[in-house]
Amino acid sequence: MTDMTRIDACFANLKAQGRGALVTFITAGDPSYDVGLEVLLALPDAGADVVELGMPFSDPMADGPAIQLASERALKAGQTMRKTLAMAASFREKHRDVPLVLMGYYNPIYHYGPEKFVLDAKAAGVDGLIVVDVPPEADDELCLPALAQGLNFIRLATPTTDDERLPVVLQNTSGFLYYVSMTGITGAGALDVSRVHENVARIKTQTDLPVVVGFGVKSADQVADIASGADGAVVGSAIVSEIEANLDERGVAREGLVDKVKTLISNLAQGVRS
Amino acid sequence: MTNDQSATPNSLMNGPDGRGHFGMYGGRFVAETLMPLILSLEDAYEAAKLDQSFIDELEYLRTYYAGRPSVLYHAERITEHFGGAKVYFKRDELNHTGSHKINNCLGQILLAKRMGKTRIIAETGAGQHGVAVATVAARFNLPCTVFMGATDVERQKPNVFRMKLLGAEIRPVTAGRGTLKDAMNEALRDWVTNVDDTFYIIGTAAGPHPYPAMVRDFQSVIGNEVKEQMIAAEGRLPDSLVACIGGGSNAIGLFHPFLDDKEVDIYGVEAAGRGLDGPDHAASLNGGEPGVLHGNRTYLLQDDDGQIVEGHSISAGLDYPGIGPEHAWLKDVGRVNYVAATDKEALEAFQLCSKLEGIIPALEPSHALAYVAKLAPTLPKEHLLVMNLCGRGDKDVFAVAEHLGVEI
Repeated sequence: MTDMTRIDACFANLKAQGRGALVTFITAGDPSYDVGLEVLLALPDAGADVVELGMPFSDPMADGPAIQLASERALKAGQTMRKTLAMAASFREKHRDVPLVLMGYYNPIYHYGPEKFVLDAKAAGVDGLIVVDVPPEADDELCLPALAQGLNFIRLATPTTDDERLPVVLQNTSGFLYYVSMTGITGAGALDVSRVHENVARIKTQTDLPVVVGFGVKSADQVADIASGADGAVVGSAIVSEIEANLDERGVAREGLVDKVKTLISNLAQGVRS
Repeated sequence: MTNDQSATPNSLMNGPDGRGHFGMYGGRFVAETLMPLILSLEDAYEAAKLDQSFIDELEYLRTYYAGRPSVLYHAERITEHFGGAKVYFKRDELNHTGSHKINNCLGQILLAKRMGKTRIIAETGAGQHGVAVATVAARFNLPCTVFMGATDVERQKPNVFRMKLLGAEIRPVTAGRGTLKDAMNEALRDWVTNVDDTFYIIGTAAGPHPYPAMVRDFQSVIGNEVKEQMIAAEGRLPDSLVACIGGGSNAIGLFHPFLDDKEVDIYGVEAAGRGLDGPDHAASLNGGEPGVLHGNRTYLLQDDDGQIVEGHSISAGLDYPGIGPEHAWLKDVGRVNYVAATDKEALEAFQLCSKLEGIIPALEPSHALAYVAKLAPTLPKEHLLVMNLCGRGDKDVFAVAEHLGVEI
């Protein structure tokens, strides 16, 4: 890919500023389309450098309870792929330069039609895709069509991705590489920052791509620790849990939900700004 | 092993290809954390298949632990009752643990041992696979955790207790609707977390490559025995085969050795639940569309947005929204006829088999028998029909009593 994407520009800019990226994840349509959109639109001003928007799926195999529940809430509220793309378009209207990445599982994309999906995602102003269950061995399914449309295809590398396998993972990866901090699901376990840094350093001997780290990153301190040895940190479950904590018994957003999430993001953002 | 038939170019038995595809189905759609393990599992399985000591040990266990071969039984009274084809039952319900599930579990636990894995996990719906896994884990002294939907834990109490007796830990899964697909999601989450020491014994011929091929190979002992037994009994191959299909492991085990015998008609019977015209069925092939779930591309029950919907069947063992990828392919190429039987028809067959043959079948093969009830009367007396009686019905007596309005 020769053209510089919003993601490339963002990381180049952050590098010039000498700081890492705060990458935030929310699930599209959680807890409803309107409130979810309000949260999404508020993320950049609160301090998010890159925004990941989850495409809800009935069977999120790589996710822990927090994001599973977010997916359930979104689907129950009537979220669909079409609506998720509409949210992306609204985001792009308001935020011209902030990278937006769609993240999720393959079946809803497959059902939508991969070729049509990458066209519509591009048209909505999406910059990249992270699709958990499409490995490099199946690049012809979605990765290559996405690249052909000028979308970045962001791959996950994990503690089980050894030096021999890493080139396979890196081959068609662009934008950034998402390093999964542990063998496990989102929102789990305790971070081992020094091990993460060792692995990021190992990966960086094989690629010039920015490497961001996610899974289990919950606090500003962890964001700071992670970002000291990587190009950014991803926070997802903690944000989604904040949304959950501000719902009433019927699952309706309480007054002030959006402000609570903004406060959390601002706080997390201190981890890459102080 | 069973899949060594000469690879002729036009054979239907050559699949999957090197990437685990049966036509467009199958493949390896898993998270990166699992990819290296899946690839090493494939290597380990390929090596084991050719290793005489592995083959011998599996053969020994099949014979002396599981009680194979299971007999091929001429169901005289059923034959007489339907008044057409000569009906044989492949009595896989006579296996140790009461179903065909043990065939696969013996193979996989030997592989787990070979790979140096020290912990076993599995998913289960009705509990038949869970019991078979807990059984082999006990026999091989490996700790075992079985994931089971909370709803299924409630409705399958006897099997839950059996698994506990065998030393397994049961993890009720409350995510989603608490049934088989949710249990499989949770098992995958555990696997991704404990990837270093854990072996996941998948119960059906589905999941990421190499599971569909591996489970099929371990289950093909059923069809291979039928071939020999039918030739011994009748001097020729059967004319038709019938098996029930949830994920499809007993069916592919029976069908696969016959795929190239074009003169043999093959029928897979899905669970039509309350009817294929409504949403309450588990017939992925007759009522679903291709999609990607649990590591493979196959027919899935899903909505207009690609969200997976829950199957329904009176039989918890057929209550799964997907199907093994080889069946998806066999449907598309037209080699196997995929039909369906309703809850009601299965219940009738369940009672008929009990009364006429003195065999209480599981609700799963009762679906197969329900189709035999339609098929057999249309066929001549010299037509040889084999139905896989893949499980016994002890586990189902409470559920059946409830459906019949009987208080035990």
